[in-house]
Amino acid sequence: MTNGWVDIKNADVILVMGGNPAENHPCGFKWAIEAKKTRNAKIISVDPRFTRTSAVADIYAPIRPGTDIAFLNGIMRHALATGRFHEEYVKIHTNAPYIISEKFSFDEGLFSGFNAEKQEYDKTQWAYEADSKTKAYSVDPTMQHPRCVFQLLKKHVDRYTPEMVEQICGTPKDQFLKVADMVTSTGNAPRVGTVLYALGWTQHSVGVQMIRGAATMQLLLGNVGRPGGGVNALRGHSNIQGATDMAGTFEILPGYLQTPRAELVDLKTYLEKVPPQTLNQEAWTSMNYWSNYPKFMVSLLKAMYGKAATKENDFGYEWLPKVDGNYSWMYIFDDMYRGSATRSGGTEPSPEGFITFGMNPVGIGPNTQKTLAALSKLKWMVVGENYEIETATFWKAPKSYNGPETSTIQTEVYQLPCSGFAEKDGTFTNSARWLQWKWKAVDPPGEAKTDQEVLSRIFLAVRDLYKREGGALPEPVLNASWAYTNPSSPDLGEVLKETSGKALADIMDPKDPTKVLVKAGEQLAGFAQLQADGSTMCGNWLHSGVYTQAGNMAARRNNADPTGLGMFPEWAFAWPANRRVMYNRASADADGKPWDSTRPGIVWNGEKWVGDVPDFKVDSPPGQFGAFIMNAEGVGRLFAPSLADGPMAEHYEPIEAPVDNILHPKVTSNPASKRFKSDKDIYGKKEDFPIICTTYRLTELYHYWTEHTAILNQLQPGFFIEIPEALAAEKGIVNGGRAKVTSARGSIEGVAMVTKRLRTLNIGGKPLWHIGFPIHWGYQDDPSHAGPLANFLTPSAMDPNTWTPEFKTFLVKLEKGENGNTPRS
Amino acid sequence: MAISRRGFLQGSILGGAAISAFGFDVSPVHAQAKTLKISRTSETRSTCPYCSVSCGVIIHTLGDKAKNVKAAVVHVEGDPDHPINRGTLCPKGSTLREDINNPNRLLTPKVRRPGAKDWEEISWDNAIKGIARHIKDTRDRTFVAKNAKGQTVNRTPGMAMIGGCTDTNEFNWLQWKFITAMGIPYRDSQARV
Repeated sequence: MTNGWVDIKNADVILVMGGNPAENHPCGFKWAIEAKKTRNAKIISVDPRFTRTSAVADIYAPIRPGTDIAFLNGIMRHALATGRFHEEYVKIHTNAPYIISEKFSFDEGLFSGFNAEKQEYDKTQWAYEADSKTKAYSVDPTMQHPRCVFQLLKKHVDRYTPEMVEQICGTPKDQFLKVADMVTSTGNAPRVGTVLYALGWTQHSVGVQMIRGAATMQLLLGNVGRPGGGVNALRGHSNIQGATDMAGTFEILPGYLQTPRAELVDLKTYLEKVPPQTLNQEAWTSMNYWSNYPKFMVSLLKAMYGKAATKENDFGYEWLPKVDGNYSWMYIFDDMYRGSATRSGGTEPSPEGFITFGMNPVGIGPNTQKTLAALSKLKWMVVGENYEIETATFWKAPKSYNGPETSTIQTEVYQLPCSGFAEKDGTFTNSARWLQWKWKAVDPPGEAKTDQEVLSRIFLAVRDLYKREGGALPEPVLNASWAYTNPSSPDLGEVLKETSGKALADIMDPKDPTKVLVKAGEQLAGFAQLQADGSTMCGNWLHSGVYTQAGNMAARRNNADPTGLGMFPEWAFAWPANRRVMYNRASADADGKPWDSTRPGIVWNGEKWVGDVPDFKVDSPPGQFGAFIMNAEGVGRLFAPSLADGPMAEHYEPIEAPVDNILHPKVTSNPASKRFKSDKDIYGKKEDFPIICTTYRLTELYHYWTEHTAILNQLQPGFFIEIPEALAAEKGIVNGGRAKVTSARGSIEGVAMVTKRLRTLNIGGKPLWHIGFPIHWGYQDDPSHAGPLANFLTPSAMDPNTWTPEFKTFLVKLEKGENGNTPRS
Repeated sequence: MAISRRGFLQGSILGGAAISAFGFDVSPVHAQAKTLKISRTSETRSTCPYCSVSCGVIIHTLGDKAKNVKAAVVHVEGDPDHPINRGTLCPKGSTLREDINNPNRLLTPKVRRPGAKDWEEISWDNAIKGIARHIKDTRDRTFVAKNAKGQTVNRTPGMAMIGGCTDTNEFNWLQWKFITAMGIPYRDSQARV
């Protein structure tokens, strides 16, 4: 979230799209209700299904799954056509006046620079135009230049008329216009609107562009950086934000630094090539906060390798594993299944060993059959868990999942009992970026151990083997810093100190070099004190300041709210720098006055910025830098030349497309989204599988976890399939009877829930159906809670930026069911 | 905190019993309050582990947390001081006690040998030893020092690691250090999917 849960109460309009917070985030959604009650805010729910969020919304608009970009572009067209956008904000805080290269074009569904063979774009064709000598950006403050971003965006969205939106999305024109009017009512200084979304946007082959569309719309309406505004990812797990910040994914290091690629041969090259460079722009220059990259990177290397990281050895940069290509989820299982990988033109081994903690890939990943087949090729696997999960027992999966025969699977599997949230302390980062400390209440049951102890013991045992036997490049194993008081079970407070950062030598005050700012050995106050010479260490610059000399900031519990805006500055710690609303410089105008004085983010008082922790240099007057200090150009991007699949959001059909793309039938699906080619990767066609299918969660159950909680299983006892009434009638399926759903990957059965919540979509003059089912069942559930794995049906289709699977829109056919809970045997 | 709800209730009851300020007989209430399990518990502040709202919860355990005392969770409720949930919980959060005290929890390490039809018990020491041996052998066998272009890459493509998103930041940091030390390029997270 750019903003926070309580901040939703400050909004005038709440657009909920790609999410269903009333059911999936009930205790956070209360703040939307609070806004409705206290300031007469309007809630809009745009969803394929009439959910409980829709039930409390002021406007509900149905939409065909996967077509949200057309809807958002339609709203932007409406804003631009009627002047209902925040022009002053757009002029000073966005790249609307910037001029784009002559090479940029968009034609027949393709942006310029597309390489059809590689399915990749040459993004340099979308670059800003800059003076060849001075490197200064070309800017037209009047926003009239035909190649300025404002005009390009206007032209791009002009095709998305209300009639076109109706044809693509199936949303009746009058309902769409009601939504568009309401949303664009915030395109001015006195009003603010927020956007709440979740996995209903991320899990598409155009997921990132849906979110880009929302961000672009919010910038156009002047809603980013303001209390009550923003683009708010609700997210789905208690520490999904923290796990992302801490580099759970292969392409980043902690704090969103880039994982080094093979061609970045040393630290110098890495630091030259990776951080964004500031281009000189006279009028509205950029602070380019990423210019501090070397400080973050060197401090990270010091935290990783300790004393072994020296200036002479590039702080251990050479030991970091370098990547060639993609190592994300679907590539892991694809390479595992194929038994080798192609990297940099050569052949390399693929995973023969696999470790997973607190994670159930068999349930969670797409295309269950392929996951099972891939795991069966492993030599060994380690699962750290609280419960027995489908992944740990993949070797005895029911026959109906078409996995290999148990006796043929040569994988040695270790199942290690780990511990739950109440059995350990430590911090979770919620979606509002708050790091909150929790305290341990009880010991783990039986012989179960905390996850940190299990991992540490494994690490120390491997290190002992390298000490005794030597082996392949032992240095990174031997030099990894594990200097905890109790190395085999580190105290998490000590670990938090390490990620927050400390001085390794005296740090002098840059304003007075004779004065010591931080003494050697002391905790740093925040990332502003980090150094690039090895005199500081910090595991994650973004979390820096969470544990200072004053103590553990994440453990703070003062719930005072001095501004009344729900910021709670002394409750826990919000990254970065305890800032509660990101990009808050944009909450004020060119002179530093808030757009709305009743909801100020930060205010320039003549000497410094006051209010929230400023997302700006605290004593820099307004106008010195652009508001968006993490962007090299200093402004928010209505046109983003950095994405894999285009600088502006365009409507593409899902990979399994239920119709041709009426805007450009030759380019129906996202052209930059790659498909896998194994025999287990079968993609369905609309002729064989004419119905759209979506998966989702239920309020009473949590992911693949609560299937062991008896009370919750009683509340939601059985797997079911939601089917619109007219479709059920056509197929002869009755409410409470059985239904069978088949995709190109397989079939599952369940109880039919015939419902009015899903309706017939009228697309291009023809009726189109969509159905859906929840994800919470599996073959390792408590026996009282039996049901199929939803992902048996989903394809290995993905977004080309994030490589997130397309769970929200795939194709199926529907029949009357016959058997029990297939595929459970 | 000046006075807890429970303290207030008990104080009122005692006061009431003494001076009959409530104007009615409070002894049944007194009897009930005396038997409430949470009147004897230690309170621990925690965070619900399910969704990303991060509701504050109070975990009530029997026992005073002394070293020789085995705590037992008897109740979990929403934390009224928490600025986001203000004491409320959803159905999942309301049943957290059943997640902590769950009969299906794993209690001992187990191993499934190649080709076997079932688990066998294994001690922690032997499990750690066996796993460490696998990791070292795989790393040594599959380590790639230079790629096909001759660039130094120092990676172990023979191993993959996937982490969940309901463990702490601190565990995630330790996990990243482990992955980096081993040189594992195939790493991913719930955050992707």
